[in-house]
Amino acid sequence: MGSQSNFSRCGALALALTSALVAGLLLSANALAGAVLPESGGSPNADKISDLYEIVLYVGVVVFLVVAGALIYTLVKFRARNGAVAAQIRGNTRLEVGWTAGAALIIVALVVVTFIALPSIEDPAASGTGGLAKANGNLYAVINQPPPPGGQGLTIDVNGQQYIWRFTYPDRTFSYETMVVPIDTTVILKIRAQDVQHSWWIPKLGGKADAVPGYTNETWFKISKTGVYEGQCAELCGRGHANMVARVRAVTPEQYRSWLASQKKEIAASRRFAASQRTAQTPK
Amino acid sequence: MSTTTLPPETNTAVAIARPQITVSNANPPRKGWTSWVTTTDHKKIGIMYMVFAFAFFIIGGVEALLMRIQLGVPENSFVDPQTYNGLLTMHGTTMVFLFVMPMMAGLANYMVPLMIGARDMAFPRLNALSFWLLTMGAAVFYGSLLFSPPEAGWTSYAPLSNLAYSPTGGIDAWIFLIHLTGIASILGAINFCATIINMRAPGMGWSRLPLFCWTILIQSVLVILAFPTIAAAVTLLLTDRHFGTNFFNPTAGGSPLLWQHLFWFFGHPEVYIMILPAFGIISEVLPVFARKPIFGYKAIVASAMAIAFLGLLVWAHHMFTTPTATVILAFFTIGSMLIAIPTGVKIFNWIATLWRGSIVTSAALHFACGFLLLFVIGGISGIMLAIFPIDWQLHDSYFVVAHFHYVLVAGAVNAIFAGIYYWFPKVTGRMMSESMGKLSFWMTFIGFNVTFLVQHSLGLSGMPRRIYEYASGNDWGTYNMISTLGSFLLAAGVILTAYNAVRSLRKGPLAGPDPWKANTLEWFTSSPPPPHNFDVVPRVRSVEPMKDIRRQVERASQPAASDHPSVSA
Repeated sequence: MGSQSNFSRCGALALALTSALVAGLLLSANALAGAVLPESGGSPNADKISDLYEIVLYVGVVVFLVVAGALIYTLVKFRARNGAVAAQIRGNTRLEVGWTAGAALIIVALVVVTFIALPSIEDPAASGTGGLAKANGNLYAVINQPPPPGGQGLTIDVNGQQYIWRFTYPDRTFSYETMVVPIDTTVILKIRAQDVQHSWWIPKLGGKADAVPGYTNETWFKISKTGVYEGQCAELCGRGHANMVARVRAVTPEQYRSWLASQKKEIAASRRFAASQRTAQTPK
Repeated sequence: MSTTTLPPETNTAVAIARPQITVSNANPPRKGWTSWVTTTDHKKIGIMYMVFAFAFFIIGGVEALLMRIQLGVPENSFVDPQTYNGLLTMHGTTMVFLFVMPMMAGLANYMVPLMIGARDMAFPRLNALSFWLLTMGAAVFYGSLLFSPPEAGWTSYAPLSNLAYSPTGGIDAWIFLIHLTGIASILGAINFCATIINMRAPGMGWSRLPLFCWTILIQSVLVILAFPTIAAAVTLLLTDRHFGTNFFNPTAGGSPLLWQHLFWFFGHPEVYIMILPAFGIISEVLPVFARKPIFGYKAIVASAMAIAFLGLLVWAHHMFTTPTATVILAFFTIGSMLIAIPTGVKIFNWIATLWRGSIVTSAALHFACGFLLLFVIGGISGIMLAIFPIDWQLHDSYFVVAHFHYVLVAGAVNAIFAGIYYWFPKVTGRMMSESMGKLSFWMTFIGFNVTFLVQHSLGLSGMPRRIYEYASGNDWGTYNMISTLGSFLLAAGVILTAYNAVRSLRKGPLAGPDPWKANTLEWFTSSPPPPHNFDVVPRVRSVEPMKDIRRQVERASQPAASDHPSVSA
């Protein structure tokens, strides 16, 4: 009686804890981004990766609980006792075929789910109506990444160098470390490196894309909320690797245009200044 | 007391098993350190491998602890970035090439000839050459500490490892290490293949080969297939650095991706080179302590072969974020996920081995079950990483660090510790302290999970691996502090087992030939075994020859005892 109630109390506690955990996972998926789920909330591809991860996580948790439960139950139940005799079983073909097929089914299911989710992660979304009107990105033919539907997108060239990111906008204006982009606009990144390998990664804006010298990599994002999205280089690139930060500042299309103009002016001014310095220093 | 009164007929049964051989005019055996340096005895070489490996386990562990101290708090300045990059390179390279591989080579060297009833390895002098090549590689690699250690990670990605970006000799010392340990491993693998294929005891057909020997055989085939690739790759890197070639130099038409393909064509099978012997240890330990035969012997062998075969075809899952076409990514995703099937089969077969057993909860069994539980977590996170869109987020983050430590520390190291507790009595003739072993298990188990579980969250929240510092202001500080605290508990657990081993060498109770009532032939000979291993090699009639022999001895002694009731009275 006593052990019975003890057992049921333990069982109830375990059940309550498990259901609380599952409920917590389901309800506060966004709150748990970063703790149990990948970062999301910046760009649709990051959100879709997080959704796909969540499905795999649930499958994984169930598999783990089944295996761990079976193992712990076996260890407790079949612990050596006086008079206990081990059953001399050498195998069971039906059982073994069964769990091979079971494992295979889970794998097939995960592969199917992955390839259903893939296009929404890999292919750029269409720019929204509030995006940059006539985004003047020169669209290009690529092997993997199709152009965004509607053909509107902003192409930015990303160049990794020890230990800073350089961003070149369609009108050849450039900036370092912080990329400024308009919201509601599909931004297509052409990612390169000029010295060693780097890796572009802003967790809230989707996955990584390695910057490999001699190659052009591609990824995209589309931000709906203004704000600053932070990340950093994700491939060991030397002693300054930890400090090679990357930032994306999302602004309205109007702010983007005015920022671009002022940046252009600043670059021209500093070029003139540099040129004057050079002529001043050149011996006559 | 009673044996003295037994009639002589019953004593002959024992005498037949162990004939007295008298030798005259034999050379006295060497003693002292020269007996170790000049030895070609597989057991002495095995012991040297294991001591060497454990020493480097401690060194690699200290490197890990230094990194954990640096990362314990944000914006720490305990070490500078140059030192940190050196530490992460030395730690990774040490644990892979100077700890796990030599440890497995040591266990295999010691155990394989004994398990198959052989006198020694097929090529004893080649065996010694393997070990000494390894030590020379280690000496050159750690010699780089005196000038400038390599800083490009254990993967040494080009162009970072090219002369332009790594001008010091550290990378060259790393190349030297890879070359020498590579040659050592290839020679060792050929030796294991020759030994296992040709020198098995009479009656030991392929379906009676101990599972540890099976995994060593399969691992050896992997070594022979994978190591020449890395040997070629580091040779190309060496000529790039010093002889004017441009294989990996993008400014002259070379390809950094070529390095990645060559490296991972070796690097992924390398994971299975490290973990397959661990599978073998688990397959030996579980049946002994469950007092049951292994469940599904053939399925376990077949799944090891399937894992090795698939393991050769999935290398580019380390390259999902490189500029590569989707169809290729899809191929490597599916291939990688397929490995989960034979791995799952193994896990279920191991649990079924315990099922309805009479489980003796020894220290070795603790570590083996710790392996089962935690390796599953590493396998599940491996499935997540195998899905390439998910990998785009997790690649090169602390999630990956957590994943491969679940596979290699919770996996390989737990199995190695299970092997140490299981085979220590055979190697030294003395038992280790079981209670200290179980305490060590719980310390490493808890310490490991505190250290590495939270690193999944670090990766999910965006912390890349191989960074020497991070800014304050988010959760990273908390997660990292937890991880650092756990790492010291893990280290304390490891030290406890090391202390246990050293102490038991002198103070441990004598083991006798077969303290565990085990199944395989190494327990047939004395502990430690004589230089020639066996006086007689019994005929093998099943996968558990020792069980047959014990049964035979019982049968032989029982009727004799009943014939003389006065003896027992």
